[in-house]
Amino acid sequence: MTKNTYQLVCGMEVHAELKTKSKMFCGCKNDPFHAPKPNIYTCPVCLGLPGALPVANEQAIEWTIKLGLALGCQINLFSKFDRKHYFYPDLPKGYQISQYDLPFCYDGKLETELGSVRIRRIHLEEDTGKLLHKRIGDEPVSLIDFNRSGVPLIEIVTEPDISSAKHATAYSKQLRTLLRYLDIADCDMEQGGMRLEANVSLRPIGETRLPNYKTELKNINSFRFLEQAIEFEVDRQAVLLDDEQPVSQETRGWNSVKQETYLQRSKEDAEDYRYFPDPDIPPIRCSEKQIENWRNELPQLPEKIILHWKNKYDISIQLASQLFDTYTRDSLIYSELFEQASAATIVPEIVLKNILSKKVSTPQEVGVKQSLQQFKNMTQSDTVDDVQLQSVVKQVLIDNPDILLKYFTGQKQVLGYIMGQVLSQLPKKSDPVQVRAAIITELEQKK
Amino acid sequence: MLLDRSINELATRLRKRKITIEQLVCESIARCKAQAKELNCFISLRTEQDLLEEARKKDADFTVDKHQLYGLPFSVKDSYVTHHLPTTSGSKILKDFISPYAATVVEKLLATGAILIGKNNQDSWGHGASNENSDFGVVRNPWNPAYISGGSSGGSAVAVAARMVAFAIGEDTGGSIRNPASMCGVSGLKVTYGRVSRYGTIAYASSLDTVGPIAKTAEDLTQVLQVIAGVDAKDGSSSQRPVDNYPASLLKPVAGKILGLPKQFFGTNYHPEVRSTVLEAIAQLKTLGLQTVELDMPVLDFAIPIYYMLASSETSSNLARYDGVRYGTDRDGFLPESARRIMLGTYALSAGYAEDLYKNAQRARTLLVNSYQAAFAQCDFIVAPTTPSPAQKFGELLDNPIENMLADLFTATVNIVGVPSIALPIGFTKTKLPIGMQIIGNKFQEAAVLQLAHQYQQITQWHTQAPPTK
Repeated sequence: MTKNTYQLVCGMEVHAELKTKSKMFCGCKNDPFHAPKPNIYTCPVCLGLPGALPVANEQAIEWTIKLGLALGCQINLFSKFDRKHYFYPDLPKGYQISQYDLPFCYDGKLETELGSVRIRRIHLEEDTGKLLHKRIGDEPVSLIDFNRSGVPLIEIVTEPDISSAKHATAYSKQLRTLLRYLDIADCDMEQGGMRLEANVSLRPIGETRLPNYKTELKNINSFRFLEQAIEFEVDRQAVLLDDEQPVSQETRGWNSVKQETYLQRSKEDAEDYRYFPDPDIPPIRCSEKQIENWRNELPQLPEKIILHWKNKYDISIQLASQLFDTYTRDSLIYSELFEQASAATIVPEIVLKNILSKKVSTPQEVGVKQSLQQFKNMTQSDTVDDVQLQSVVKQVLIDNPDILLKYFTGQKQVLGYIMGQVLSQLPKKSDPVQVRAAIITELEQKK
Repeated sequence: MLLDRSINELATRLRKRKITIEQLVCESIARCKAQAKELNCFISLRTEQDLLEEARKKDADFTVDKHQLYGLPFSVKDSYVTHHLPTTSGSKILKDFISPYAATVVEKLLATGAILIGKNNQDSWGHGASNENSDFGVVRNPWNPAYISGGSSGGSAVAVAARMVAFAIGEDTGGSIRNPASMCGVSGLKVTYGRVSRYGTIAYASSLDTVGPIAKTAEDLTQVLQVIAGVDAKDGSSSQRPVDNYPASLLKPVAGKILGLPKQFFGTNYHPEVRSTVLEAIAQLKTLGLQTVELDMPVLDFAIPIYYMLASSETSSNLARYDGVRYGTDRDGFLPESARRIMLGTYALSAGYAEDLYKNAQRARTLLVNSYQAAFAQCDFIVAPTTPSPAQKFGELLDNPIENMLADLFTATVNIVGVPSIALPIGFTKTKLPIGMQIIGNKFQEAAVLQLAHQYQQITQWHTQAPPTK
């Protein structure tokens, strides 16, 4: 326990690779994770060869703006690409084409069950090549694969609205759901198709100003690690602040074996990227009409559908999110399934549970009727022999004499208890409707 | 000499079977043998055997419907990537670099059947106006080898002037085609930004770089421009605007057109022989029925600071890739002139300085664009000297970086604004060094600029003068 209580101040930067057919600024195939060999999806442009020029991928721009619209962002009708300069061997031009002061999208919001998170900006840039450090024989070598160089990458930056580690994962998961639902990114976390960064600092409870430092948690490739890293960092920083020690401005990684964050790079001196507009790429102008067209093309968004299902069919938000995450982008067929289930007095949430646990085929696979039928077959009850049923009921009532009193003084909930007792002595899958009827008949006779 | 003749004449003679491509190529080879080493205008040349084989094959395949440029020998500045021959951009940093792809301009010319002889020497990375800043040695002026050729496309201008090729492709960022063309007594065209694809051009300053031809006459320039102009899907900054028919416009009347003379370009702060010769040329143009109007464009006085702020900033970024990781040679392989520009540009883009330096230069660029637009509301062309002085002796500019920068005084604003400009020979100094002049047009007015230059060349003989040969 720390002496003082602190409030987490956290904003996130999430990178996701768009799944366009070709790369961001050239015609090369965009499929770095399934490439049979390194350096096969390359050309003069993504290798940064002398004289090569970038030409922007319109599909990537459209998708970025559509994501922004889905997140309620404002759209810059006049936008541009800028060069961000830094030296690294995986960056063949010596600069990354990114967006600086005029990102495509700004000022949006993502509602999560743990509170809303404002989106500061979404911009589009190119991914870098991939370095591989290994040994060949006795020789330590650094290898580079340019298959990933120039893959379109979006960066979604939030305001510091995230108030807990769980909030951070809820936000990130929901963002991933949206990216997949819009069918613009696969978000393969393991491969680096989606990368999470959290800027973490603390302030005393009640303080409203932003802290004067932040720690960047980088290179985190799972939601669980994100949550653990933030929790660790909150404790680490609280101890320092209690001792009135400054927390350094630095980048930290997560060691999942030791379960702790570790220093990657000190950031006392801010790096100077010398941004300026890329003179090779003309500025991008969009019309209001184009934006409206794209807005109209957007499907109904998961968060809206999830809320609707919660209200109408009492389906938990968690289960519905899981469905969008892994099973479908087609919500209509599920709405139909839930509707038909309700009409047949089947609890829709139980049907969904069985679909998610793969006990029942999905409606996409076999159709709504068939899916529902499978569920019914699976949960079909067996008729119990009447004589056997009657004798079990009688025995339970004799064994529990106080039940009768309770039942006749209006405590009808004891019925459930009797049901349980009776069913436990009957074969599995015994029809509960039949059992219930038998108990009531027996009770009424004793009146 | 065959290579004294115009592209049209050569094409006609080929069609009448009066000459062969082999003869043309042999002459080109002979001219190179005689002087290419002394003038140092090539960084790489194809072998004689290779060239003769191509020439003979092209003779065998020749039909009258082949392109005008079919079989004609040409060269390109070494800033254009090509297959087979190395591409160095004049720097030893790339001395062994063989590109796996070729520039659009090269592909287009090769597609006509024109024959690439070799790659021309240049100030490395386009940094310079004297062609003394090359890792492959200085380029000498064919009119007097004790003098510079001008730059940065010095090798290309010299190859044309010394009749080694029928035409050449230069690259102009702040005057790099026009400056050596004027110093060597040939014609050079800086095109509207976006008119010719830059794909495959090793970048100096991307928002200013333009690809253009150097030839003996304006008429020859139209033939080459017709081939290389046009949109390119690989260059996002290339214009979609349809390409004019340049040769067809050459003889349209020019009478009644107005020449604008910015007073900032006609002061007394530069070489008197250049000034008086330009004024004579203007008098000649008036005999074609043109009128003149004096322009006041005060922002022209800031041409040099604006240009060097923008060009250095962009070049510091464009050259970042030559970091020693992929192209072998270390960063200390940059010559002092390039190192200066990289440092200046890095500084101008740095946090805390960019507002005063780079961004201010961008604002000044807008003022300059507005100033040119206002000028073109009053006139059809702007006339200016090409360089403040004729070719200097070696070392004069190298020892004085500021003087070196001032060489771009009359040419750089054209790149900043993005308009086309032709440099053409208009006379000689008493010491027999060529003097040139620019005719600047509004955006995409290449046809008009070439037309006026052509008609000037119909009433003058400067473009027919060839340097002494050995």
